[in-house]
Amino acid sequence: MDFNLNEEQQMLQDTVARLVRGEYEFEKRLKFSESEQGYSEDFWKQLGELGLCAVPFPEELGGFGGSGVDVQSVMTELGRGLCLEPYMQTVVLAGGLISQAGSDNQKEDWLSRIATGELKIVVGLDEPQSHYNLNDVETRAEKSGDGYVLNGRKGVLIGGHAADLILVSARTGGDSRDDSGVSLFAVDPNAEGVERRVYPTMDGAKGCDVFLNNVQVGADALIGAEGQAGPVIQYQAGRAVAALCAEAVGAMEESIKLTLEYLKTRKQFGVPIGKFQVLQHRMVDMSSELEQARSMSILAASVANDDASDERDRILAAAKNVTGRAGQFIAEQAIQLHGGIGMTWEYSLAHYAKRLIMINHQFGDDDHHLERYAGLLEAS
Amino acid sequence: MNMNYTADELAFRDDVRTFLEEKLPADIAAKVKQGRRMSRADHERWQQILVKQGWYATHWPEEYGGVKWTAVQKHIWDEESCRYGAPRSIPFGVNMVAPVIIKFGSEEQKQHYLPRILSGEHWWCQGYSEPGSGSDLASLKTRAVRDGDHYIVNGQKTWTTLGQHANMIFCLVRTNTEVKAQEGISFLLIDMDTPGVTVRPIITLDGEHEVNEVFFDDVKVPVYNLVGEEDKGWTYAKYLLTYERTGLAGIGASKAALSHLKAIAGRQQKNGRPLIEDPTFAQRIAQVEIDLMAASISNLRIIASVEGGGVPGAESSMLKVRGTEIRQTITDLSRRALGPYAQPFVEEELDLAYEGEHLSDEDGAALSPQYFNMRKLSIFGGSNEIQKNIVTKMILGL
Repeated sequence: MDFNLNEEQQMLQDTVARLVRGEYEFEKRLKFSESEQGYSEDFWKQLGELGLCAVPFPEELGGFGGSGVDVQSVMTELGRGLCLEPYMQTVVLAGGLISQAGSDNQKEDWLSRIATGELKIVVGLDEPQSHYNLNDVETRAEKSGDGYVLNGRKGVLIGGHAADLILVSARTGGDSRDDSGVSLFAVDPNAEGVERRVYPTMDGAKGCDVFLNNVQVGADALIGAEGQAGPVIQYQAGRAVAALCAEAVGAMEESIKLTLEYLKTRKQFGVPIGKFQVLQHRMVDMSSELEQARSMSILAASVANDDASDERDRILAAAKNVTGRAGQFIAEQAIQLHGGIGMTWEYSLAHYAKRLIMINHQFGDDDHHLERYAGLLEAS
Repeated sequence: MNMNYTADELAFRDDVRTFLEEKLPADIAAKVKQGRRMSRADHERWQQILVKQGWYATHWPEEYGGVKWTAVQKHIWDEESCRYGAPRSIPFGVNMVAPVIIKFGSEEQKQHYLPRILSGEHWWCQGYSEPGSGSDLASLKTRAVRDGDHYIVNGQKTWTTLGQHANMIFCLVRTNTEVKAQEGISFLLIDMDTPGVTVRPIITLDGEHEVNEVFFDDVKVPVYNLVGEEDKGWTYAKYLLTYERTGLAGIGASKAALSHLKAIAGRQQKNGRPLIEDPTFAQRIAQVEIDLMAASISNLRIIASVEGGGVPGAESSMLKVRGTEIRQTITDLSRRALGPYAQPFVEEELDLAYEGEHLSDEDGAALSPQYFNMRKLSIFGGSNEIQKNIVTKMILGL
């Protein structure tokens, strides 16, 4: 058994780590966050130029043919830098949906341009009532001529404000929460009837809600077979979950590093506060939470690209549950151990804490994934 | 044993309710309940209503314009005012510096400062914490050197809550470096308009400006602004802290927050039903409600012992820890109730004047910021670790 990265994987991780260290120091990150774009267009371009946006795509589509572990390496480093670019949304999720279900034309056109960093696609799956249930889709698509008319609302598309193209799930059949009858459409955000309400997010990114009012799309906007997108979305959501777990591990590692440095340098009652046993034990608890999350991130990455199965779903649900709990514990304890400093906007730790808490609100929190896991329990 | 209120106490509760129903402005109550932003004018308006009623200075002797409430009456007031959405009084003037001035200040200081606290002419803030001190308060470094009729003050204070509004600050300053840390500290009242005082905002992780740094650069403070004796300030500071620590458990506020959480969970959907009917979420709410019930009775037991002549000791430290944990859990659940919609940070919806569409729940915009803001509860007023140290020594004798 070998948990080490192979030479290629190590090179990949080093490349991203170097790029993040060079381009994404904390003060710069604050500026990216406050800019209109909400992230660094220049950094995104560099990701594209270095081939990092092509990591998960098949080689015949200009990709790197990267595995779940490769994506994990990239995401962990992006998490360490609190990077704001829509890598998970565009490369992992939108790229995955198109790879799995897209027509040859769609793949050729969109994936090749995602791979170079030229095209940003963001996916809208949540809705105001859906509460992480990806089958809870009330947005509707009615057949109209050769194409469809879309009506509804998709919620919290991180990076959607700057996307060139938006993919949305919409019902072409079935009742609310049925797992069949959901289709996936590509929508031009500038098309008639599309409105975006743009806002900043708690963790310093930008996102939007997308309102669809009688939006006309052509037949070529449909991705995959009509009414059959449910399982595709579930499968790709699993890859997104694995990516988020990896990102969280990067943010946890950095939070723990900052906290450890603080315990060693901050003095109270004449000694470094790291000499107090209660804080030492807390630090140990945080570190073992991180180890658990790291293990589950590795496991999640190893099954992310496997064929769909209950076993894969169980592992991914377990990984997100562990990561969600570990992330919240580490975020809260890191703030507590820093005292007031940890609550200030000027200091990076607070922003790591916010990202860790918000990861729990993407693709399901620990409660949601505990329920999923419970629903998949195997009787022995 | 009798856990019921007496007839007098029930009558008092009725008076409190009538007063709140009639006099608490609806717009202020709405802001408090929904976690929206309170302006300085909101605080001042409510303070004047309380002063007029004679219910503002609940810790003061009547001769100075206070109201002598029993511990139970104070508790009833706290519970009811939280329930109705009354803002908490900003404590620094009325509940912190005033009791110190009353107990240790000169007659002249009482005559000068107490009426101005009531009238709102003086808005006080607290100059205790320093960048290097934290819970080790006695390590403070701000110096005050006597120079004729004045002290010359140099140094820096931090975490000064609402210092941006204040025109007076009470400070712990070092007047003697030759003695043990606790013995060379004095308690000084400083006019914030004095040349050399600079206030700089600290923005917290939720984007709010609530706390500040205060810098003193050769600030001349008249000697008559010294409270009590030089170098004896630690005694006064400890006396003040006993006032600060009462009520830090925030049981009344947690009850109000829990009821707000249930309302939100009643409006949010999961699998086509209200979230409050979801088994997982309902269990989480049930658990915190049970914990709050226990803490609430613990709180009453402390109140009853104070009423019986006892002094709240380390028990209130335990209650501070439990109470703040409970409140933090409630804010955690409130954020979780929003699902993916916990992510947007829509600041404009925090203003009561906002009339646009709400992105998610009508009170949703405040929930994530509040969760992060409430992390402070386990840090300030003596961190929860310090409270546990107090329990370790005082109760367990370890």
